[in-house]
Amino acid sequence: MLLAKLIFKNAFRSKLRSTLTILGISLAIIAFGFLRTVVEAWYAGVEASSASRLVTRNSISLIFPLPISYKEKIRQIEGVSSVSYGNWFGGIYIDEKNFFANFAIEPKSYLDLYPEYIVSDEHKRAFLKDRKGAVAGQNIVERFGWKIGDNITLRGTIYPGNWEFVLTGIYKGRDKTTDESQFFFHWDYLNEIVKKTVPNRADQAGFYLVGVKDPNLAVVISERIDRTFKNSLAETLTETERSFQLSFIYMTEAILMVIQIVSLIVIIIILAVVANTMAMSVRERLAEFAVFKTLGFSGGYILLMIFGESLIITSIGGIIGIICTFPAADAFASAMSNYFPVFIITKETIYLNIAVSFLIGIISAVFPAVRALRLQIAENLMKVR
Amino acid sequence: MGIFFLYSLRNLFKRRLTTILTALGMALVVFVFASILMLSEGLRQTLVDTGTYDNVVIVRKGAVSEVQSGIERHQASIIETQPEVAIGSDGKQQYAKELVVLINLPKRDTDKPSNVVIRGIEEHSLPLRPQVKIVEGRMPKPGSSEIVAGVNIAQRFKGAGIGENLNFALRSWKVVGIFDAGKTGFSSEIWADVEQLMSAFRRPVYSSVIFKLRDSSEFQRFKSRIETDPRLTVEAKREVRYYADQSETMAKFLRILGMSLTVIFSLGAIIGAMITMYAAVANRIGEIGTLRSLGFQRRDILLAFLLESLLISFIGGCTGLFLASFLQFFTVSTMNFQTFSELAFSFNLTFEIIYLSIFFSILMGFLGGVLPALRASRMQIVDSLRAG
Repeated sequence: MLLAKLIFKNAFRSKLRSTLTILGISLAIIAFGFLRTVVEAWYAGVEASSASRLVTRNSISLIFPLPISYKEKIRQIEGVSSVSYGNWFGGIYIDEKNFFANFAIEPKSYLDLYPEYIVSDEHKRAFLKDRKGAVAGQNIVERFGWKIGDNITLRGTIYPGNWEFVLTGIYKGRDKTTDESQFFFHWDYLNEIVKKTVPNRADQAGFYLVGVKDPNLAVVISERIDRTFKNSLAETLTETERSFQLSFIYMTEAILMVIQIVSLIVIIIILAVVANTMAMSVRERLAEFAVFKTLGFSGGYILLMIFGESLIITSIGGIIGIICTFPAADAFASAMSNYFPVFIITKETIYLNIAVSFLIGIISAVFPAVRALRLQIAENLMKVR
Repeated sequence: MGIFFLYSLRNLFKRRLTTILTALGMALVVFVFASILMLSEGLRQTLVDTGTYDNVVIVRKGAVSEVQSGIERHQASIIETQPEVAIGSDGKQQYAKELVVLINLPKRDTDKPSNVVIRGIEEHSLPLRPQVKIVEGRMPKPGSSEIVAGVNIAQRFKGAGIGENLNFALRSWKVVGIFDAGKTGFSSEIWADVEQLMSAFRRPVYSSVIFKLRDSSEFQRFKSRIETDPRLTVEAKREVRYYADQSETMAKFLRILGMSLTVIFSLGAIIGAMITMYAAVANRIGEIGTLRSLGFQRRDILLAFLLESLLISFIGGCTGLFLASFLQFFTVSTMNFQTFSELAFSFNLTFEIIYLSIFFSILMGFLGGVLPALRASRMQIVDSLRAG
């Protein structure tokens, strides 16, 4: 009990310094949690992907399409339960700043393949019926203040011209990780107009989405699909949705690495700040420790005092930091919703934050503690006046 | 002044551990600050160097990049006959119709695939880009399945080295040369004969048309005429502008990330400096009293402590900058979100960044030191002498 009281009194003896240190730790914990969340947001697409869906695309690269005749051929392959297809449309809503993903898709099969996009039956019926209809995620609907029935015009970058759509439905995500900022419309509508304007680009799908009966056979079925189209004019590359998403992440690996290095630097910076505080507290109190030793307190007792003080400071800072991470992340998420449609703080991040603050508390106290242990009683008692 | 400088310096030396820790914090902040600036500068440099001011790129209206664009053969020949196209020393028009597509190639070290830009070129594509130099081998012969690879691609992608073969579009392509385009985006491309690529990829249209202006000032007039021509649906941009637009998203991302990090980190470092300086003041109350009674003014005390804080931050700033300068040896290779293609750029240290970083570190030292120094200077002589 005495020990706890001593630790508390010591930790707040120099109020200004402790407050500043705590503030420093909180800031660092916010930064650290924040960077971790950025990294996780990067992987959000992978988290949300399903193992029972395959993506088939042109083996040369994403920008090359596949003929629409492949749909029937893929459907006949053993193990395939359903096939949908679509095109990345790349349309711009008013200004490039308003970026969101928009796809032309085959509506019925697509919504069946993606049960995580929840559309009410009424919206679904309206969407399927209206050729110019579109379904948008909750997130972008709120961002642009759209209402059901609104006319939405996208400026095509890949398919020239202005494209008119009617908002017939809004989808919500089933899971937290579901991206609620996409925009879908009828592939037939796209194809119909492309047929008139650029006939050589009509009847082509950018990608096929393939549902499989047994996810364990995904690899085998991928090979079957690719073998079917081997040596044809449009060879395919089929992989699970997960590895498809991962391939995008590999391409931006360098940025991800930079962020991870920076989060390590954050930790070193906090370490420097806290270690500094502890070094100073101990240096100021050497004479006191000498008195403690003279009175018969053991070295272990003094060690506990120093470590306890350091841990108290870091854990208070850590708690404040963790609490503040949430509003900070919210603000960032709304500012950067173009880049990160899904931006949530996970449990792991919080655990990691706690672990980091604990670790810093321990490491910062090591050097000062060693110093206090080695101290010569006589020499330091002389300082007592 | 001299005596104060020595006084501050010796004080710093006396409390080595604290000084080192505080300076280390500052050094890391400056390191991050400088490296983000260097990265943005590297990206900017890459894109500015990629374009040539007098060159004009023509893409389909609304297309953000050449990859998305398509220009029909008859449209391309209309543009070719425009009077603004410069005539070169060979008596021919400085004009090239190009095809730009992405292909998926595996990297040498990780085997992970990444998108690489492959550009179909014509006779004048090379003279239009004076920054591109063949460093090994030769250019591909027109009408052959030969390619040349940029240095960044040759080093990093499987089968892209000289003498090796790349397989795509049901053909095998021989790498007959390596070109170096310095720090420009072209160093991350593969070039081949445009007609060969068009037939291999079965793309009957060009992606873009590029030419050199006869007279640089004619651009605006040319642009408004060509964009309103009813036979064409195209957009004309200066090459410099075109490349800057392409990586706007990336540049903005780096800027936002960099600025948020710098703000958070610098607050941390300022707090670190404050802690150190408040302690320095508290430890030396007696000394302050002595100095004051010897006749030193409040101003002198203020200066002494401020100087100490500035010294720490200066040491930290220089250390951080020194560490950051090593980053120049690294090249960052990543996917450009806007074009989905591989783009390599390096950290670029300029004098402006050096000044900014040093200024930034000194500012942190000032902000961290000013409050403690004020406290020291406001002390009453009697009180401080007694406390000492």
